[in-house]
Amino acid sequence: MSGLTRARSGSVSGLGPFLLAGSVALTLATCCAVLFGEITVTPREVLSTLANRLFGFDLAVDPIREGIVWHYRLSRAVVAMCAGASLAICGVVLQALLRNPLAEPYLLGISAGASTGAVLVIVLGIGAGAVTVSAGAMAGALLAFGFVAVLSFGSGRGAERVILAGIAGSQLFNAATAFIVTSSASAEQTRGIMFWLLGSLGGVRWPDVGLALPVLLLGLAFCLYRARALDAFAFGEDAAASLGVDVARVRVELLGLTALLTACVVSIVGAVGFVGLVIPHATRFFVGPSHGRLILGSALAGAIFMVLADVLSRLVLPGQVLPIGVITALFGAPAFAVLLWRARGGQ
Amino acid sequence: MSLQSDNISWTSGGAAIVKGVTLQVPEQGVLGLVGPNGSGKSSLLRLLAGVRRGSGGAVLVDQRPIDTIGRAEIARRLALVEQHATTDVVLTARDVVALGRLPHRGALGGWSARDEEIVQRALARTGMTRSAGQSWSTLSGGERQRIQIARALAQEPRELLMDEPTNHLDIRHQLDLLRLLLSLGTHVIVALHDLNQAMAFCDEVAVMSEGQLIAQGKPVEILTAELIGEVFGVEAMIVRGPNGPRISFF
Repeated sequence: MSGLTRARSGSVSGLGPFLLAGSVALTLATCCAVLFGEITVTPREVLSTLANRLFGFDLAVDPIREGIVWHYRLSRAVVAMCAGASLAICGVVLQALLRNPLAEPYLLGISAGASTGAVLVIVLGIGAGAVTVSAGAMAGALLAFGFVAVLSFGSGRGAERVILAGIAGSQLFNAATAFIVTSSASAEQTRGIMFWLLGSLGGVRWPDVGLALPVLLLGLAFCLYRARALDAFAFGEDAAASLGVDVARVRVELLGLTALLTACVVSIVGAVGFVGLVIPHATRFFVGPSHGRLILGSALAGAIFMVLADVLSRLVLPGQVLPIGVITALFGAPAFAVLLWRARGGQ
Repeated sequence: MSLQSDNISWTSGGAAIVKGVTLQVPEQGVLGLVGPNGSGKSSLLRLLAGVRRGSGGAVLVDQRPIDTIGRAEIARRLALVEQHATTDVVLTARDVVALGRLPHRGALGGWSARDEEIVQRALARTGMTRSAGQSWSTLSGGERQRIQIARALAQEPRELLMDEPTNHLDIRHQLDLLRLLLSLGTHVIVALHDLNQAMAFCDEVAVMSEGQLIAQGKPVEILTAELIGEVFGVEAMIVRGPNGPRISFF
């Protein structure tokens, strides 16, 4: 399998057990996501719906409940999985490529750009109704990434330059967003924008899966193909180059890919924080540093985490849905603190 | 000549660091690159390793310009050991040595018995077999350099390029490391600070000054009081001792 050590001493590990446990957890999380919500459906109704929709059965189910299960909850769970997995993969790639443990998907200015794009559509009505908020966010995200890419390329191309350019880009686009909101938005719009910025799966339907899933699978396959090159970055760019990695090409490919993945996620569910930063670190405790394993493990862990966060966002306050970004940080941070605490002994 | 540079230049941020160096690397033995700080030793090594691309001239590997050779092929041919390798990644010593197999495995190739055997042999040759399972962060400076050399050996290179490998080590570990280099019997090109070490351990030396190669040949013939005075700006005297010539400085 991998050239890097298979079993880490002192922790329960190995990719096999992790993937097995993760698959079970993902299945359970998805069950919760489909069963629970403002209206509780029975397992029987869920199974009948699945049988009808997937295998062409004709079992008797209340059409409204079937609609809730199929159109709302299942599509939402699948998009949550894709979003969580995509963000986690991006975090793994950026942390390796930029050799910075604080690197995360929004480092490249993408969430800031997406916010600006979304706000332009919501507040100023750019596109006169023909452009959706998602499309605006996507355009803003890619524009911001383009800005950061040009800035970092022009200033010397090292990993620190990319980070500095990302920070500059984020600040610029965040300021633009704040300017538009404070100068033009009504109180109602401001609340809507804030909700969007913190992430929401509320409007998600099956067509969103058609974007999120192919992009995730493409990204996952390519990152796995480049996993060895990421291993080679452990001692920096010159070391990677001397191990046979075409550093400039790998960097352009992978930065572009993470930008695309992140932009897709942000355009569908908003800027959900925390997942891309912490899931890679948490997964590393279980499967070790080899990137082939880390990418697979993080994708799975990110998917589980996001589905659970979505379930909690619907259940914590009765009759109200919290922004999913609030849940990821509110529940994710303490969980991560526990992991950090326990890993202390193993080092 | 299997590795040579032909009038190679390299410019960084508008400053010329390497200025038209034509260097013939001998077919075997240890070639020492010496010269004051900022004379372009490290840059020349990186150009020879293909990690930097020259702004003029060429590096030739078996008469082929290095720019026309694929990165993985270069890495199977030339291995570079840097001055001071650092990482935040939690790796074992063995993990680091296993990185040397990357250019042989490609993106998807599995971990073969041969890969394992080469890693084990590289650990044995550098005397690090017993530390294989130890975490990189707990290794001493000397052990880290040995592991980096083992990683380079795992690449199965024809030439080993080393950038001041003794720089961060105390004197005992410096000598250990240089003796290890000799015992490997591998073809080595090493940038060195200490002229006495160059005198004692190198079969040939190349002297760099202000980006140019100004002399190349047997250490005793090249490292004269006159040349040292000219290049390093210090007064020196060559003393014939029982263990060969030594350089004394005033």
